[in-house]
Amino acid sequence: MEWYAIDTWIVIVGILAAVSCALLGNFLVLRKMSMMGDAISHAVLPGLAIAFLVTGARASLTMFIGAAVVGVLTAVFTQWVSRFGKVDEGASMGIVFTTLFALGLLLIVQAADHVDLDASCVLYGAIELTPLDVVWRPSIFGAILDVPRAAVVLSIVCAVNLLFVVFFFKELRITSFDSELATTMGINANWMHYLLMTLVAITTVAAFEAVGSIIVIAMLIVPAATAHLLTDRLGVMILLSVILAALAAVLGHITALFVPGWLGFDPAVVDATSTSGMMAVMAGVLFAITLFCAPRYGILIKKFGRIDRAEAK
Amino acid sequence: MEFSDIIEVLFLRNYNTRLVVICTMLLGSACGLMGGFLLLRKRSLMGDTLSHATLPGVCIAFMVGVLLGGTGKSLPFLLLGATVTGVLGCAAVLFIRNQSRIKDDAAMGIVLSVFFGAGVALLTMVTKMPDGAAAGLESFIYGKTASMVLSDFWLLTVVTICVLVLSIFLFKEFRLLCFDETYALAQGWPVKFLDVLLFGLVTAVTVAGLQAVGLILIIAFLITPAAAARFWTDRLDQMLLLSAVIGGISGWIGASVSALIPNMPAGALIVLVAAGCFVFSMFVGVERGVLVRVVRQLNLKRSVGRQHLLRALYEILEADGLGDGGIQIRAVPFRQVRGRRTWSDRQLKRYLRLAYNEGLVETLNRFDEIVLTEAGVEAAAQVTRNHRLWELYLIEYADIAASRVDRDADAVEHVLGEKMVALLESKLQTLRPAESLAVPVSPHPIQPGD
Repeated sequence: MEWYAIDTWIVIVGILAAVSCALLGNFLVLRKMSMMGDAISHAVLPGLAIAFLVTGARASLTMFIGAAVVGVLTAVFTQWVSRFGKVDEGASMGIVFTTLFALGLLLIVQAADHVDLDASCVLYGAIELTPLDVVWRPSIFGAILDVPRAAVVLSIVCAVNLLFVVFFFKELRITSFDSELATTMGINANWMHYLLMTLVAITTVAAFEAVGSIIVIAMLIVPAATAHLLTDRLGVMILLSVILAALAAVLGHITALFVPGWLGFDPAVVDATSTSGMMAVMAGVLFAITLFCAPRYGILIKKFGRIDRAEAK
Repeated sequence: MEFSDIIEVLFLRNYNTRLVVICTMLLGSACGLMGGFLLLRKRSLMGDTLSHATLPGVCIAFMVGVLLGGTGKSLPFLLLGATVTGVLGCAAVLFIRNQSRIKDDAAMGIVLSVFFGAGVALLTMVTKMPDGAAAGLESFIYGKTASMVLSDFWLLTVVTICVLVLSIFLFKEFRLLCFDETYALAQGWPVKFLDVLLFGLVTAVTVAGLQAVGLILIIAFLITPAAAARFWTDRLDQMLLLSAVIGGISGWIGASVSALIPNMPAGALIVLVAAGCFVFSMFVGVERGVLVRVVRQLNLKRSVGRQHLLRALYEILEADGLGDGGIQIRAVPFRQVRGRRTWSDRQLKRYLRLAYNEGLVETLNRFDEIVLTEAGVEAAAQVTRNHRLWELYLIEYADIAASRVDRDADAVEHVLGEKMVALLESKLQTLRPAESLAVPVSPHPIQPGD
């Protein structure tokens, strides 16, 4: 299998998407809201449908805005249902996103005669196709780069998320671990929550539109959970999660190129498997390795470390 | 659409829709039942994880089927594959949760995304297989409600009966698992086995339902009816029954409406009907609904205000000195009562009006001066007595300093029941036999503002 410029761009786009998600994912995992990415990526359907019905075109900016608004609403409704109804947070998330999805489905079917829009096209953006959509061709030292749209969009999202995490690090940390303490210190935990959820919604929508929902859902949770097994310090955890996410993206694309060959597929078949799927799987492999081998919280050290210590005495 | 059409569909007389309606009702009841357990285990999103985790199994089953020389599209075989990876997914969630510091929600998210990622990767490979006709494999499994056949009905019936029978036989065990896992473990119950069994049942329901009605509907069926039922009762058996009924009714109404009105997908309608049930229950549910809780809170606030008012009046009169029959009744100026606590004029007037309506106080000059009636004296003595009994108890048993006991007593005394008062009386009687229990003397000096 040869490596083309396209592969480089796929990996870059993958890394950008993975890092954007992993940055925010740390706080979702700590707040026990890991499933938010999954919920939002299903729930945005009515936003897409309404944006389409209003403008009558598949213009990506209005669709993006529609989806992002409904994404934020998902977080708001979840908060309402769990607070006013005293319902378990996971359950309220499930109720909200299934209801919104059903609503979106109804809207789409009503307009189905002239709509080129179905549920699966929401769920599967294709990272393999991102390099084809070139928006910018800068020339650096004579070499012309074909920068894809997804790379530009995700760079912006990634930068915003990074700035958010850096500038609000203290507030995020306190509200994630002890929201009551945060309130007594004059930090509005509610506002932080909604700000975080807004960014999660925007990141989710931007990333799944570019590269598919599965990368988003996986990268919001898995690298952060892996990093959580490796350290007790939030700063280190965020750094590790970013590195793990990038690593998973690189490994994901490499395995996507090679694994089908091992399984007996003709190597000449291009895109024999899904890069985004393999990126999620690689994130899972990294998690599994960490789960067993982590220096302090790994299963192996827990099982056998104790025996050694007992013998040493 | 004629009225007779509506009747025909709703009462299952229409042959074309009968099957769909019955199947969704069965599935709704089975999911409602399982969802009740999941909700109490705080694992409502397990259905989400499970239904995504079935995808790799379907693809692998298809691949194996093709390798064995078939078309790969044998339904039982594909369902078997789905079940296997579904169970594996559940096992992985339990393993991650039990063996590491990762919490339930993250464990479910990890399994969901990784399994689904593997599924997507495999699905892409499957569709590119040289000699496999995998087109439509996904929709073959993640079906649409309107296209149900008789075999779906039998599958759903068998699964529903299994779920029902096992839930009834293992009701006590599952209940213990839901409410106090640690206790169950200490009692020697096979907690892990029960957990796996519960998940196995959920998997069976999910897999059976997935190919009949689709992913989102299953997820909603496993969460929404149970969450709606929770507002109506605190008893597990009633909640499960209600949850199954809500699931069944959502299926019935949703599928019927979809059959009557063109261009209305049944799955989406059922989800929306269930969501409607949820919102209705959330507001008017008689046990934990929003309205009930607001009313309860208002009532509590009112009764606390009434007790504060009566005790304030009693203590003011008590300071005048006790006669032979207790306190001497006289008119108390409004300002003096107002000075007893940090309450506003408006609050105090509201409480006074309530007490007046109950016949506990008489007022002169529009609340300028307040006089306790005979019934009021009795009630005030009772309230003060409870307060002081509780204070004495706190001092004796909870080692709280006399100087701050008033505050602490205040936090609890309003919810003392009759049994609790009787218990306090007996405890304190043995402790301080000399003390009169009519209305004990306050253990701390009484100051305005206490």
